[in-house]
Amino acid sequence: MAATSTDEIIRFEVRTARGGRDTRGESLARTAGQIAPTRIEHTSIYLVAGSIDTNSANRLARELLADPVTQIWSWKRVNGSPSGPATGPAGSAPVSRPDAIVEIHPLPGVMDPAAESVKAAAEALLGSDAGEIEVRTGSRFDFWGVSKANARAIVEQHAANPVIHAIFDEPYHPESFPRGSAYVFKIREVAIRDLSDEQLDRLSRDAHLFLSREEMKAIQTEFRRIGREPREIELETLAQTWSEHCVHKTLKSTIRYYGDPCGSHQRPGHSAQLDGSVLIQNLLKTTVAGATFELTGKNSLLAGPGVNVNSAPIDWCLSVFVDNSGVVAFDDQTALCFKVETHNHPSAIEPYGGAATGIGGCIRDIIGTGQGAKPIAGTDIFCVANGSLSEIPTGCLAPKRVLSQVVSGIRDYGNRMGIPTLNGTVWFDDRYVGNPLVFAGCIGMMPLNRTHGAVQAGDSIVAIGGRTGRDGIHGATFSSSELTDTHAAEFSHAVQIGNAITEKCALDAILAARDHPSGCLFHGLTDCGAGGFSSAVGEMGSTIGAEVNLERAPVKYEGLSPTEIWISEAQERMVLAVPSTNLPILRAICADHGVEMSELGTFATMDKSIILRWNGTEVGRLDTHFLHAGIPSPVREARWDREWSRENAGFAGSRVEPATVADRTISEALCALLAHPNIASKSWIIRQYDHEVQGTSVVKPLVGIGDGGPGDAAVIAPVAGSTRGLAIGSGLATGLARDPYVMGLAAIDECVRNLVCVGADPTRIAILDNFCWPSCKDARNMGALVRAAWACYDGAKAYRAPFISGKDSLNNQFVTEDGRTIQIPPTLLISGFAIVKNIERACTMDFKGVGNALILVGSTSMRLGGSHWALLSGIDERNDLELPTVDLVQGPRNAVAVADEIFRGSVRSAHDCSEGGLLLAIAEMAFAGGIGALVDLATIPLVSLGGKVDLFAIAFAEDPSRYLLEVDPREVAAICLRLAVAGVPHAVIGSTNEAGELSIKHGERDLGSASLDALRLAWSSGDAGW
Amino acid sequence: MNLNSPKALIITAPGINCDLELANSFVAAGARPHTELLQALVRDPSRIAGYDLIGLPGGFSFGDDVAAGRIMGALMARSIYPALRDAIHRGVPMICPCNGFQIAVQAGLLPGPVDASEDWPSTAAHATVALSSNSMARFVDRWTRVEIPSDTVCIWTKGLDCQKPDDMLPNAHGEGRFVAPQSVVERLEATGQIAIRYRACDNFNGSVSAIAGICDPSGLVFGLMPHPERYTRWTQHPQWTRVDASARQNEPLGLRIFKNAVRWVREDRRGAHFELGASAG
Repeated sequence: MAATSTDEIIRFEVRTARGGRDTRGESLARTAGQIAPTRIEHTSIYLVAGSIDTNSANRLARELLADPVTQIWSWKRVNGSPSGPATGPAGSAPVSRPDAIVEIHPLPGVMDPAAESVKAAAEALLGSDAGEIEVRTGSRFDFWGVSKANARAIVEQHAANPVIHAIFDEPYHPESFPRGSAYVFKIREVAIRDLSDEQLDRLSRDAHLFLSREEMKAIQTEFRRIGREPREIELETLAQTWSEHCVHKTLKSTIRYYGDPCGSHQRPGHSAQLDGSVLIQNLLKTTVAGATFELTGKNSLLAGPGVNVNSAPIDWCLSVFVDNSGVVAFDDQTALCFKVETHNHPSAIEPYGGAATGIGGCIRDIIGTGQGAKPIAGTDIFCVANGSLSEIPTGCLAPKRVLSQVVSGIRDYGNRMGIPTLNGTVWFDDRYVGNPLVFAGCIGMMPLNRTHGAVQAGDSIVAIGGRTGRDGIHGATFSSSELTDTHAAEFSHAVQIGNAITEKCALDAILAARDHPSGCLFHGLTDCGAGGFSSAVGEMGSTIGAEVNLERAPVKYEGLSPTEIWISEAQERMVLAVPSTNLPILRAICADHGVEMSELGTFATMDKSIILRWNGTEVGRLDTHFLHAGIPSPVREARWDREWSRENAGFAGSRVEPATVADRTISEALCALLAHPNIASKSWIIRQYDHEVQGTSVVKPLVGIGDGGPGDAAVIAPVAGSTRGLAIGSGLATGLARDPYVMGLAAIDECVRNLVCVGADPTRIAILDNFCWPSCKDARNMGALVRAAWACYDGAKAYRAPFISGKDSLNNQFVTEDGRTIQIPPTLLISGFAIVKNIERACTMDFKGVGNALILVGSTSMRLGGSHWALLSGIDERNDLELPTVDLVQGPRNAVAVADEIFRGSVRSAHDCSEGGLLLAIAEMAFAGGIGALVDLATIPLVSLGGKVDLFAIAFAEDPSRYLLEVDPREVAAICLRLAVAGVPHAVIGSTNEAGELSIKHGERDLGSASLDALRLAWSSGDAGW
Repeated sequence: MNLNSPKALIITAPGINCDLELANSFVAAGARPHTELLQALVRDPSRIAGYDLIGLPGGFSFGDDVAAGRIMGALMARSIYPALRDAIHRGVPMICPCNGFQIAVQAGLLPGPVDASEDWPSTAAHATVALSSNSMARFVDRWTRVEIPSDTVCIWTKGLDCQKPDDMLPNAHGEGRFVAPQSVVERLEATGQIAIRYRACDNFNGSVSAIAGICDPSGLVFGLMPHPERYTRWTQHPQWTRVDASARQNEPLGLRIFKNAVRWVREDRRGAHFELGASAG
């Protein structure tokens, strides 16, 4: 497969012609910051090996590599002089010698998708004469006005990552490409039967298995029983299958919880113990999933706050917590599925590749649901440190670089896949410096009769898509470990670069096979995610076994051992269970779509075990029962330590100097809040995503005049010709992390609010949970996790919004060089999607007209705990202001009432009050619509908690369950009557006007005003510097 | 669907991803779309002969590696170019939004021959224009207002009114900055080959002369960076919740572009002559 070593490597350079614009050079110069050079020029490098004569080299340059209008090119053999056109289309060689040259090239073994495309195109262009061609790509930057050292520093900080790139100070022109050596077959056994406990610990760590002592001992016991030592491939399979990432062992374990029981006697599987603790059998099953089982009638609906035990079971959940994503009915012909994944650890080390393969993996989960779904929308939520953070621990990348490259990674993968990325947010907190969180979500659509797949005995195990390489080995175990300052070096092989086009081709081939005129060509499918083939085949064959011939897997390069092939997490691979009679048609479909397909073996074995072979020789054999049920489940301790949590998980972040805050007027405070990074514009991110592709968008992420306002949620019309829509939103309330129960309910409420505000039907909301937690080996973090899970249970039942899927990442803490542990704040993302009965009734948040009334739904408690105003003003440095809480009776009632008004068509604009509170939401509505307003804070319905009225607290408290509605003045009376009848607190708090400003008063007292331009400017500051 | 309605061919290839909305737009405009893989057309180019319209959709063909549309353009120039050229001879309109535009330029379909010295249309014309990285070196998703030059020969845009505030089109691309030497721009202007422009204030990618799309000398082959196929229903407009309900009666600009071509195929094609260039024959 590789070019012969006698083939000489030709180095092609392609650069912008004189007089043209070199946007990549300019872009690097812009981001270079303080050591800005006078000029940077970018040159694309192609290293091409093959039997290529001068004529062919010229053709490659002219017809494939360079643009005839805008670029010039040259090429050179290792010891030859450069050849190329004497003059380019608009100029010649550079004007002066650069002061420095820096080149970056992918390290050997790192995916280089562009090189693969060039190779295929070059072979097609030159025909068989050139023989096998091998290609590598690189980038050259020429610098003027900067030293060599600084030039290198600029590249290292902004363009290259040593985890995946080699950096050179001169043009790189190797005589040959490095290549692996052939694999020498050997079965490796690992002696564990006689190891002591300490030796087991060491083996687990040194071999990167990341299994606990109890788990290692369970394996030891099993192999003592079988009477042999495990082979390496078997141990690796167990480590993958038993990883936190794959099996969610913490959430599924038995937990003994100490502390405030928070109504836990009402939850299933929870029992009070004599010592005052609560024993919980399988946290996931009894909380997150438990709520769904009750709501759908699988289990009987238990009483609880806001729960009507007489309500009918939900019948539209089609597949929950069993497949790669959760599936719900959309209309009478189609179903939708939703999955949100995190890809935190890889994104910490290589943000671009980590984020891209994160969304790539999530998309594959969708493709691999039921008998295949078509991805129709994406979401992305990031939690990162502030760009201004000055002290960055060794081993962490600069937060600004992390965010911009994560965005690039999502952009390049999502856009290339042709999936609109529609909903997202960013939360800034410096404790994410070592563990940035990247939540990538994907929604898919499938016919109603394709929601379930079932592997059958005798089906062929078919792998399609990308080839297997050494990349991504140990991703599952790596993601389940704690990061340290040396992880980048140790785990660089776990980091990958994705190739979206390979995945797109695989998707197209799978959909063609699913919708084949003769019926679906396969019985089931799944993606190769964490654990690679080992988990894909292991899961599909979990009850019937499988026989796999590992040498049949196509590999990227020579030298891979059977173990590496089995556990590699190389991207863009899917495994299908295909009846053998369908193999020829499937092969033809794959060929037409340019997708590689290979038959690895057969499902089902006599003893239901997984048998692994290499050229006929058995290299591994695993009992499926032990593999999937053998993991020991110790009782874990959880301890709710309110005081510790208050100190460690309070709201933290950038703030203005408290001294200056006291003097501020409300409108000045409002502008400061609008400029807070959590609240300020994220247009610079949103506009990099194609949110129009597939032509389905109805409510886009940016709404209002000039698309200048932040929408609450997105709406799409996924079925062409139908007015039935889907709203997509999320909730995140990390400011309240010091009580995860309060935080969890607030996140669910926010997700519901966002969906309702765009016109969703609140009886058709399905939600997903993503827990990102610091280490749960610490009982206090475990205690916090239990409380968040309780919030999921109580919230889902009260809102009748079942969880359909979820994911957790439970080791998000970073140990610095000097041994300090940085824990992220407990983070719970709630993602949701809901039916919009008629997209023509969808609503946006921008004010629509002057003279309209502004109605506030919901009541305000003035509790500033966890609010952005408390953070900015520094009034809660000890984290002891009270947190606002969700009322589980009132919250759902408000949501239903607001949704009803929107569906009646009586609402011109609707917006939820979230970060920054009431006044901030009004400000956003005003500048997004280019329409002013007058608001009277004296009219706000308050929950009396005693104490005096604090205007700042009314304006900026972040009480949940509140909505702002702009309505025609003629409809006010009718709306208010309906709200009153529904038992929903509300008030007319102001009106819209032509004044071009937001004016605030309290009764007769004028509290000042802010012009719409000033508000918009403050909000737009979020885009500055990106 | 009326079996007499014109048949539209949608060409897809690895990385093409706007084929579905393009097909839906042809349906909305009264045509019958059928999607074929490039690979199948390369095997049997004669299949192209059965169609009345052609769409080359957007996406990231072959990853847009090297440059947007480069690899697919090079592939097409060497394989199905003659069949496409014959289709244009027959008077088959072809629309190439976004990546399709980039591909058509790379394949030599747009803007057509420089002068009579080229062996065109026997072989693909040399590229004289380019679509380069946006001036801000970044992918941008943005709706823009557009203008149609009154003297354009493009059968897709000719005669369309886009004076109303809601006459916008969505864009989503990283390499859409139209670049050409001044002499080429002047020639395209003189021959009516500028098919669509950004309004000056909306020229976000820095295109020369705010050019958003051009056509070949016949006016049949239309390439543009905006996506008219993503604006065929009023609920796709970014400000539809703001406009007066009466504006919903207006036909979306994107749909009008497709209807223009379908109407042309039905009414004007018969008897029309297609002088494709100096050496056309």
